[in-house]
Amino acid sequence: MNIFVCIKQVPDAKDVRLDPETNTLAREGVQSIINPYDRHALEEAVRLKEKYSGTVTVISMGPPQAEVILREAVSCGADQGILISDRAFAGADTLATTYTIAMAIKKSGTPDLVLCGKQAIDGDTAQVGPGLAERLNMPYVTCVRKINDFDNDTLLLERMMDDGYDELEVQLPALLTVIKEINTPRLPSLKGKMKAKKIEITTLSAEDICADSTQLGLTGSPTWVVNVFSPEFTGERSMITGSVDEQVAQLTEKLTELI
Amino acid sequence: MDYFLTEEQQMIKDLAAQIADELIIPHRAELDETEEYPTEILDAVAQADLFGIYIPEEYGGFGAGCFEIVLALEQFGRGCTGIATAFAASALGVYPILISGSPELKNKYLPDVATGKKRAAFALTEANAGSDASGIQTTAVLDGDEWVLNGTKQWITNAGEAQIYSVIAMTNKKKGPRGATMFVVEDTDPGFSYGPKEKKLGIRASSTRELIFKDCRIPKDRIIGRQGAGFITVMKTLDQSRPGIAILGVGLGQAALDESVTYAKQRVQFGKPIISFQAIQHMLADMAIQVEAARALVYGAAKHIDAHPKDMSKVSSMCKVFATDMAMKVTVDAVQVLAGYGYMREYPVEKMMRDAKILQIYEGTNQIQRNVIGQALNKEYS
Repeated sequence: MNIFVCIKQVPDAKDVRLDPETNTLAREGVQSIINPYDRHALEEAVRLKEKYSGTVTVISMGPPQAEVILREAVSCGADQGILISDRAFAGADTLATTYTIAMAIKKSGTPDLVLCGKQAIDGDTAQVGPGLAERLNMPYVTCVRKINDFDNDTLLLERMMDDGYDELEVQLPALLTVIKEINTPRLPSLKGKMKAKKIEITTLSAEDICADSTQLGLTGSPTWVVNVFSPEFTGERSMITGSVDEQVAQLTEKLTELI
Repeated sequence: MDYFLTEEQQMIKDLAAQIADELIIPHRAELDETEEYPTEILDAVAQADLFGIYIPEEYGGFGAGCFEIVLALEQFGRGCTGIATAFAASALGVYPILISGSPELKNKYLPDVATGKKRAAFALTEANAGSDASGIQTTAVLDGDEWVLNGTKQWITNAGEAQIYSVIAMTNKKKGPRGATMFVVEDTDPGFSYGPKEKKLGIRASSTRELIFKDCRIPKDRIIGRQGAGFITVMKTLDQSRPGIAILGVGLGQAALDESVTYAKQRVQFGKPIISFQAIQHMLADMAIQVEAARALVYGAAKHIDAHPKDMSKVSSMCKVFATDMAMKVTVDAVQVLAGYGYMREYPVEKMMRDAKILQIYEGTNQIQRNVIGQALNKEYS
């Protein structure tokens, strides 16, 4: 099975803070990590490879320093890493991002399966997985919590829903986004770390992926972030006291005022 | 202090530290309380390839030496002495095969130990034989193509959890220590069973039980080395393994120091953090000096041992004594710094103090180590 796993470098959630002056993410001195959901996607890919054989390719779009997470992924069981990196990609929204990653995947091989985390913990859009599937013309399933079996090019899996889960069959090639319940990601191995140190990470530029420049980066992004800010805390609170009947009466009155 | 590790050594240390921080420390209190063997954690250690550090590459290991395993054990020891003991005991159990085993035994057992698929244990101690290894009463008699073992081994770490046991037994009682021979016993061998799990003061995540051999029959070729050379193999094994126990003391001392400094910075008395008081500062300073001195000695000893010197026993014993006596003192001081809180199970230092004591006892008491050092000095200066 030829599996591609999309991973993103994000600031460690433990360190995230906004610069009060610019209202942008303060990235200086903040440790970067593999997006936690993507770690689960990688682990599932490695498990599938171990069970059914195949290769796992990790792919990431980002600045040159994102190479670190690709090496980390190799130390955890991936076979090779591809970094999509070019100044032309800067400022991409999810539409431009899915276009760029799709072009890079098409350039790099023909995956049977593409795995993504449910969403990234910085942007939190959960749009890249489904968007990428559209670009690759693949069926997709989001929020996968378990892969039960693989038989005759078909995956049997479970998709988490608000009120339970769906059991689905998906014909490959397909794209899945996974949630953290799907597995416990392994730590790196010593042999993996040795391999990661030596492996050559392929870097693809806009030219390498034969991209249409109007669909890249800020130019190709219809989404414009006007402002990012921490909401001011303006809420007032008051304690409702008295007997249950009195409390209900007070609450009803307050709610009625709001309507 | 920077010990100028190579890139590979730094990788081993970082990986072991990650396991300690992410897998060991979050679970140590629970495993200490329930006295459960840390199977899942050891499986993760196996997946990280760390069981193979000291196993030669031809048997699927990393081919590194005493120093590299010391680096990993220090981090595991910083996490939990009990869990680290379960890991270290497997190395102790396999060293006899590595040191004296035939190529067939090495081929049969080392690859599975390197991958962590199987774990090992070392069986020397008996009710009347510990410090005095020559008091062994377990016997092995050759009967056709099989050795038949009878006797009981006591306080065996990893008993019931390991699949491979290096066992010393008397094959000729008249010859004393020269009549002792080592064998590999497998967990599935007929006539082999375990006593109940011992209740211990510390290292409660590790398993300690008796090994019972009742007409236990094993194939003839499971002999480690030659007949009568068991005692030599045991001594060589312990020379290799003692820096591993020493570094558990360093890891534990470091953990106790870390907890003490962190607490002393937070705990406010008389309007100030207690770290601002000289009485506390001096205690912490002494702890830090001792931990670093022990680390330097153990690292130096491990590198010395990797060069296969003649005075291996002396150096190995020296680092074991110094680092484990240090661990006992530093953990007692840590409880003192945390005072009432330190005495409570809610904080980790009482466990550290309980765990420290065994380091002065197992793999040769610190009194026996001083004998070894003293005898070596006597010889050296003659």
